[in-house]
Amino acid sequence: MQSVHIVSAYDEELKYLSKRIAAMGGHAERMVEQAVAALVNVDHGLAQKVIQDDLVLDEGQREIDDKAIIIIARRQPMATDLREIVGAIRISADIERVGDLGKNVAKRVASVDGRQPNSLFRGIEALANLALTQLKEVLDVYASRSVERIGFVRDRDDQIDAMYTSLFRELLTYMMEDPRNITPCTHLLFCAKNIERIGDHATNIAETIYYIVTGDQMPTDRPKGDKTDKVVLPGTMPAK
Amino acid sequence: MAETGADQDGKGQALAARLRRNRWQLGAGVLAVLAVYFFAGASVYVPVLALVVLAAAAMLPTDARRQPADTGAAIEASGLQRLSGEYLAAAVADPLIIFDHSATIVHANAAAFAAFGGLAPGMSLSLKFRAPEMQALLDGILSGQVAADAVDYTEKLPVERTYRVSASTVGHATGLYVLVFKDQSETRRIDRMRADFIANASHELRTPLASIAGFIETLRGPARNDPAARDQFLQIMQNQTGRMARLIDDLLSLSRLEMKPYLRPGTEVDLRQTIDSVIDSLGPLASENSVVVEREFADGPLVVSGDRDELFQVFENLLENACKYGQSGGRVTVSIAGGEEGQQPGFDVTIRDYGPGIAEEHIPRITERFYRVDVENSRTQKGTGLGLSIVKHILTRHNARLSIKSEVGKGAAFTVHLPAR
Repeated sequence: MQSVHIVSAYDEELKYLSKRIAAMGGHAERMVEQAVAALVNVDHGLAQKVIQDDLVLDEGQREIDDKAIIIIARRQPMATDLREIVGAIRISADIERVGDLGKNVAKRVASVDGRQPNSLFRGIEALANLALTQLKEVLDVYASRSVERIGFVRDRDDQIDAMYTSLFRELLTYMMEDPRNITPCTHLLFCAKNIERIGDHATNIAETIYYIVTGDQMPTDRPKGDKTDKVVLPGTMPAK
Repeated sequence: MAETGADQDGKGQALAARLRRNRWQLGAGVLAVLAVYFFAGASVYVPVLALVVLAAAAMLPTDARRQPADTGAAIEASGLQRLSGEYLAAAVADPLIIFDHSATIVHANAAAFAAFGGLAPGMSLSLKFRAPEMQALLDGILSGQVAADAVDYTEKLPVERTYRVSASTVGHATGLYVLVFKDQSETRRIDRMRADFIANASHELRTPLASIAGFIETLRGPARNDPAARDQFLQIMQNQTGRMARLIDDLLSLSRLEMKPYLRPGTEVDLRQTIDSVIDSLGPLASENSVVVEREFADGPLVVSGDRDELFQVFENLLENACKYGQSGGRVTVSIAGGEEGQQPGFDVTIRDYGPGIAEEHIPRITERFYRVDVENSRTQKGTGLGLSIVKHILTRHNARLSIKSEVGKGAAFTVHLPAR
């Protein structure tokens, strides 16, 4: 937690930064949730709403950038305070990206007609639940500053990657079965990729929080991501 | 010294109060004494003495009628004043959080800890409850625009819960505010359950139903006079109705679990005894599949908190799967070990089979409803596609985790990590 400064306005400014970050985080969580719901239920109205909501996050990021720069210029922060402020800039950038990815999923709702097998949508929903759980846990750690719980975030990274690889394979299978599936399945593939990226941003945020609180960088043994670079369906590669 | 001073002050005030209360009697007494003095012409000392006696009498705590009522009121007032906010908050069954003007948590009751976890005094509320509607609620209350307000707040993860959250200021100018969460998940879930049940169940029930309908048609038509075919068809139809019945049982138990998303803490379960009875109850199935069940239990007490019936169902489903799908391995190992996962102590229960194993791409998805690795094999083994979803649901409620490790050809290991009490 922050120590108390002689100038209480300084404390207020720092508190305001973290409050804005939390509000942005909540907004991004809601956007992703609604984007996936719009995709699964083919709800064009909800998708439009998500696309418009992204503006709030863009504004939020700009505001945090401005405020942070002003604090640095005015207060000459040191140590924890400096990490807190630079961390806020980085986290807000990550959250803004999460919002963009959610918006991109929402945009693709128009190109997916919902006639694909139910199991695909259930898979995407499960993937989104994993990514959102991760985001929620990370933002909770930001609130409580209990960095010892960050280990779980990386565990979940593995699950997300495995899930994404599985969906990738399934989508390829559908495309091979019927060329008419290619358009919607490609869009779904990008949706899955976007959601997987949300998990990566959550991990980035976790690393930033670790740095803010401890002053050390998180160890770099981050597991290598998904294995889709190696997924090949039998009979689709030219014989060597 | 200050205390004695206050004490004397208090006595002085009490005397003054008694004088004031008795002022009419006192006045009448003074008049009477003066009248006697003027008319009777007695000595100067007599009226002075009489006045002093009168005043002293008025100061004595003589008001016997009023006194019990006064003490009663005093006890009542101090009883409510002495009541600490903490006790009051603890007595409220709904999650309740008291916070100050900067949205910092001052106090959260036990129900709030159970429902949200990770709360601590000194933590900022607006960092914990980030949903836009909660932010708006907190901003509205703290800016003083409204004295009380309420919104609907839904938490999707880890389990879906819906609350009616009301926020209000506490008293006048205390600088404190209170947030009360009224759980409405039950009603919301019943609505959702109905929709889900229809979507999932109708799809799964249609397949056996279509086959039964087909056989009925055949029995009434071409196979009308063929006793051998009739017997065979009736057998198939019986299997199909059995499958539908199992499916409905599983769906019902899943929706029952979804009705009560999180467990009340308190009850304890002895893992050793529970798992022993699971193994005993599945003895017939194991010998039918010619599978030997081996036990490797750690020493010492193996107690976790949770619901015994639900945990029984978890291990029953897992062991049943191991016996059915890992049949070719000929043995299944059930082990309990004191596990350390991260900083969280607990127990790892592993159910390992030596069968064909599960391909990597299926592992992350086998806990989804109706997801089957091999549809044909699942049908012949009388699977409903819901067993592992039930397991996952129960474990989420117990704050436990399921991890699955498998390699094709080497069998599969399902590990349940249960946090210790």
